[in-house]
Amino acid sequence: MAAMTQTEPALSALPPATGRAGFGGTLRSELTKIRSVRSTYWTLLVLLAVSVGIGAAITGGTAANWSHMAPQDRATFDPTQASVAGLFYLGQLVIVVLGAMTLTAEYSTGMIRTSLTAMPRRLVIYVSKILIFAVVALVVTFVAAFISFFVGQSLLASTHDTATLSQPNVLRAVVGSALYVTMCGLLAFAIGAILRHTAGTITTVIGLLFVIPILAHLLPQSWYQDLERWLPDAAGRSLSVTVGPQPPHLFSPWTQFTVFAVYTVVLLVIGGVLFRNRDA
Amino acid sequence: MIEVRGLIKRYGDKVAVNDLSFDVEPGHVTGFLGPNGAGKTTTMRLILGLDYPDAGTVKVDGRQYAHLAYPMREVGALLDAKAVHGGRSAYNHLLCLAQTNNLPKRRVGEVLELVGLTEVARKRTKGFSLGMGQRLGIAATLLGDPAVLMFDEPVNGLDPEGILWIRNLMKTLAAEGRTVFVSSHLMSEMENTADHLIVIGRGSLLADCTMEEFIARSSGQTVRVRTPQPDVLAKAVSETAASTGAAATRAGGAATATANADDSLTVHGLTSDQVGDLAFEHGVRLHELTVVRASLEEAFMELTADSVEYRAGHGPGTEPGPDDKPVADGTASGQPAVEDSYRVEGRI
Repeated sequence: MAAMTQTEPALSALPPATGRAGFGGTLRSELTKIRSVRSTYWTLLVLLAVSVGIGAAITGGTAANWSHMAPQDRATFDPTQASVAGLFYLGQLVIVVLGAMTLTAEYSTGMIRTSLTAMPRRLVIYVSKILIFAVVALVVTFVAAFISFFVGQSLLASTHDTATLSQPNVLRAVVGSALYVTMCGLLAFAIGAILRHTAGTITTVIGLLFVIPILAHLLPQSWYQDLERWLPDAAGRSLSVTVGPQPPHLFSPWTQFTVFAVYTVVLLVIGGVLFRNRDA
Repeated sequence: MIEVRGLIKRYGDKVAVNDLSFDVEPGHVTGFLGPNGAGKTTTMRLILGLDYPDAGTVKVDGRQYAHLAYPMREVGALLDAKAVHGGRSAYNHLLCLAQTNNLPKRRVGEVLELVGLTEVARKRTKGFSLGMGQRLGIAATLLGDPAVLMFDEPVNGLDPEGILWIRNLMKTLAAEGRTVFVSSHLMSEMENTADHLIVIGRGSLLADCTMEEFIARSSGQTVRVRTPQPDVLAKAVSETAASTGAAATRAGGAATATANADDSLTVHGLTSDQVGDLAFEHGVRLHELTVVRASLEEAFMELTADSVEYRAGHGPGTEPGPDDKPVADGTASGQPAVEDSYRVEGRI
């Protein structure tokens, strides 16, 4: 370890500085951060596996059982929704973990202090993190959605009740499920910025997306019908339906998605204000 | 150059930093001393803009930290070596920092080489020892070749080789004309490193002076005299004390002379010049006249004795004593906190 006792800095000169540190460098930095930890790859691999795997299990199981199914069940079977259900229900959970950890992991490790020292203009870091996470999440959820869809349809081939992307609403359901799951990740990011704690964030987001809808069901029917369209998870249920009528009491799919997006953006703004103004 | 002016930071109703003002000049290693909980880390966080002050300003090279064009090119700071994501390799950790300030990639390899971590550059940092983590943190501070360096307790938990390495590095950096600001709660760490000292206790400034001034101004300084006429000299000292009063003595207390077992005298409260003149006036022959300096550790403990936040046997939050004044204004005093046996002669 002779090199360790050397104290004479043998560093090459830096090029002269021009301009100031801003989005370009911070975006590159955030991309380095997200791609340089194994947990990112594991999380995204799990996302792909559960999305395609669960979708395949549902569609494969349906195909195997098709001859025993009642005619009305066959008529209401939604091959698109079935194929992307894995992404929808479990992929959502996985992306929530990744979205939360994007910021909360910096607090749990203390890295945030190092990051903010390197780049003290905090909103630049905040926005860069959102952009990098959103791009990664979009790419992976789109890949997961389309693979799940095509795998599902090929497994349903024997039923002759398959969907193609050119059929009405099918592309909307596939793309919409990817967008919805990405938005769930951004919601988790925002809650993470507010709470700065991984476990608390994941618990809160699961509460919003899974528990509150269940509790809402316990309300009197008429109350629930008024409330349902304002629940955060309604966007997902609305977007994914391709067969039969839209769920009653909900807005149209993209309006329903906009409701969810507005919630997320409001929380992202609150998170950003807190991120900038609180002591790190 | 770091300029701190009227800095105040409260956490709830606890005042962590209380109206702190000081400058940290380039070309020196400036030691930032204080007992645990004195507010050193908080002050450093305020300088870096990690926390926002309730009042006061901090400027680094004339600007607020958040307004620096390329912060890493102007300030390298190591507050907590463990503040890294353990799942990331040393190389990628430094790369993501370098990228924020548009620093060239080759710097990453160079600083890793400088701190001796090249062989483990691709290893995840969670497996790093304390010393390796500290070296990684120092590598990060050097990425942007900054003119100002800040280290918070950099030698905590390091082995002797690591401590020596950091000391030499800090001296080298200061000799290159950089501003080096390093905190510690142990005076002994500063003794061989710092040229200038900023001492705080309970968030308030206790001293801002050079190392020599710090020792000289501590009331622990005494003069050892060996003479065949100890009784005459002792009498002369007590007469001086009686006639001129406390005002004439250096530390504001009465001058006293105590006989030691080896027939020498220990004079408190007078300088060696004063004792020599006194002996001459009274025709006392001197065989030895030695300034016995308090060790830095002792001077430091004496200075901060009233401002220690957590101490065995006392509850936190004892009121600050009347001695909580900066040494720099020449009025501080206080009883020596330790016995004479701790004193080390001629040590600066």
